[in-house]
Amino acid sequence: MKSEQQYIELYNEAGALIKQKSCPVMNAVRDEAFRVFEAKGFPSKKVERYKYTDVDAAFAPNYGISLNPIEIKAPQPCKEGDARKQYVFSLKNAPIDLAPYYNNVADKADALTALNTALVHDGLLIYVPKNECPADPIQIDNWLQGTAATMMNRRVLVILEQGAQATIIINDHAADKQRFLTTQVVEVVCKDNSHLDMYEIEETTPLCSRFSNVYIREGRDCSVKHNSITLFNGQTRNLCDVYLTGENSEVTLNGCVITDKNQRVDNNTLIDHQVSNCNSNELYKYVVDGQSVGAFAGKILVEKDAQKTTSQETNSNLCASSDARMFTQPMLEIYADDVKCAHGSTVGVMDETALFYMRQRGIPEDEARTLLKNAFMGQVIDQIQLRPLRDKLYVKVEKRFRGELDKCEDCRLCK
Amino acid sequence: MHATVGGKEILKGVDLTIKDGEIHALMGTNGAGKSTLSNVIVGNPAYEVTEGSITFNGQDLLAMKTEERAHAGIFMSFQAPIEIPGVSMTNFMRAAVNARRQALGKEPLKSTDFLKIMREKRKLVEIDQKLMNRSVNEGFSGGERKRNEIFQMAMLEPTFCILDETDSGLDVDALRIVAEGFNKLRTEETSAMVITHYQRLLDYIKPDVVHVLIDGKIVKTGGPELALKIENEGFDWIKAELA
Repeated sequence: MKSEQQYIELYNEAGALIKQKSCPVMNAVRDEAFRVFEAKGFPSKKVERYKYTDVDAAFAPNYGISLNPIEIKAPQPCKEGDARKQYVFSLKNAPIDLAPYYNNVADKADALTALNTALVHDGLLIYVPKNECPADPIQIDNWLQGTAATMMNRRVLVILEQGAQATIIINDHAADKQRFLTTQVVEVVCKDNSHLDMYEIEETTPLCSRFSNVYIREGRDCSVKHNSITLFNGQTRNLCDVYLTGENSEVTLNGCVITDKNQRVDNNTLIDHQVSNCNSNELYKYVVDGQSVGAFAGKILVEKDAQKTTSQETNSNLCASSDARMFTQPMLEIYADDVKCAHGSTVGVMDETALFYMRQRGIPEDEARTLLKNAFMGQVIDQIQLRPLRDKLYVKVEKRFRGELDKCEDCRLCK
Repeated sequence: MHATVGGKEILKGVDLTIKDGEIHALMGTNGAGKSTLSNVIVGNPAYEVTEGSITFNGQDLLAMKTEERAHAGIFMSFQAPIEIPGVSMTNFMRAAVNARRQALGKEPLKSTDFLKIMREKRKLVEIDQKLMNRSVNEGFSGGERKRNEIFQMAMLEPTFCILDETDSGLDVDALRIVAEGFNKLRTEETSAMVITHYQRLLDYIKPDVVHVLIDGKIVKTGGPELALKIENEGFDWIKAELA
């Protein structure tokens, strides 16, 4: 039996229950999504965008599924008279009609998105009304908890109305030493002149598998920065697709990946320039150590009408051990004739002359290696605009390289 | 002592003793093995000693790691100092100084004390504060790199220094600053091996002994007058003597 069979059976058995716990806007697209999944099954490694991840194997174990309700309380005022506005809701209790947005940014033909859409019973909505800007960053902490192997299906919808602005941080943690499988679909709608600074930070355990699909649609005069940071994980496959649909918009995709032992991280991105005068920047850096495997495939698509596009894509990788492997595939596909685009990737090993220089000054080899890895990753962390997060990540990245971040430091396992 | 690099024998039996407080100049034709000798002494993993031994203050150097040799007090001023993008001079120096202190059983320096020492030592070689916030040697001019080497020496207070063509690429003023910086740092115990092609460095750093290295062997040893003779006449007369 191929792995998809158990999910098809699951849906046939539990579909009604999921619908009962869900809401009309989600149920409206559920059966169709299921049919897509049923027809396609899990993508094999022959499918271009999945060639670096064995999806079938990851979904093969028997996971329980969590259908716990999502409760969002209105934010409590920190002090009297400081009424805080609510920007985060459950999808079930959305303040606006979600039908025009839900599952309309995502790629409906992607099997994992389809599976998520079929199985997810509720999710989070981050809604920022016109011309508003939440005073503080919105932080979402996902804690994986459970006494048995559990599958989590997460759904996040972000809507920034015209002129809105937000900073969003999504943290992934695991609280239990348990096998967890997460599917996540994040849809982001940025209406004209909205600005988003978004961070996804994974600090889970080697027992966790994460399949995340992020879809971002930008109107005109928008700017989006998406930062994907994998500090500690088991197996991770992140997809991030950005559609530039309005002129004068820009997007920055940054990635920082640190792996060792048998960890795997596969980032797959697409930046689709549909209209003219947009700018995209992409920088992903990996440090792969131990027997770990890293993969990066990033495509910049410049469509026929997307004249005056400027785009820069860079993937730099450091293989810190001889057993670590890195696959890299920067891609440019250009159909317009007046554009300025560049793409490139490098895979290198530790600079032996720099190591020798440092050791001659008395810096022990391990320390010298840590300094070099840290320096290499610093370039991505430097890009982080949110100062407190940047400072925190400098510390975390260094700890990670020193082997002091084997588990997420805030979690109860480590206390 | 014999040594190879990449399987090729470069040093073919070098015998050399440097006593406390002595300055030895090492001269010789290009490719004679001068840099190989320094790299072997400091423990560059790219070089392999195939025969013989190196002893430093009674310790068997060849049994020690590169960093352990540094902790024991050996320092090399690189002919071509290495750039390390992303590692600031300050962090680099802090790591080096504290690693040595730890090896000597001392507490790491407090940040304020460390910065104070940095400030003092910087003056010695007239190196700008702004270079300290940059990455190691990144964007440094040739002269700044060489000055930076002597600055690092000042921070680490070694007892045996190798100056590998520290004069190359320096203008006369920079040469004076670097050489005078080195002289100020010398104590009675400090010994050094100075590799150079030119007398002008030896005008400042006066050698006690001058060696000539040709084809992996020390073929001639003399006093300071030997360097002057080489400056004027080259190496041909020595080669003729050997033939």
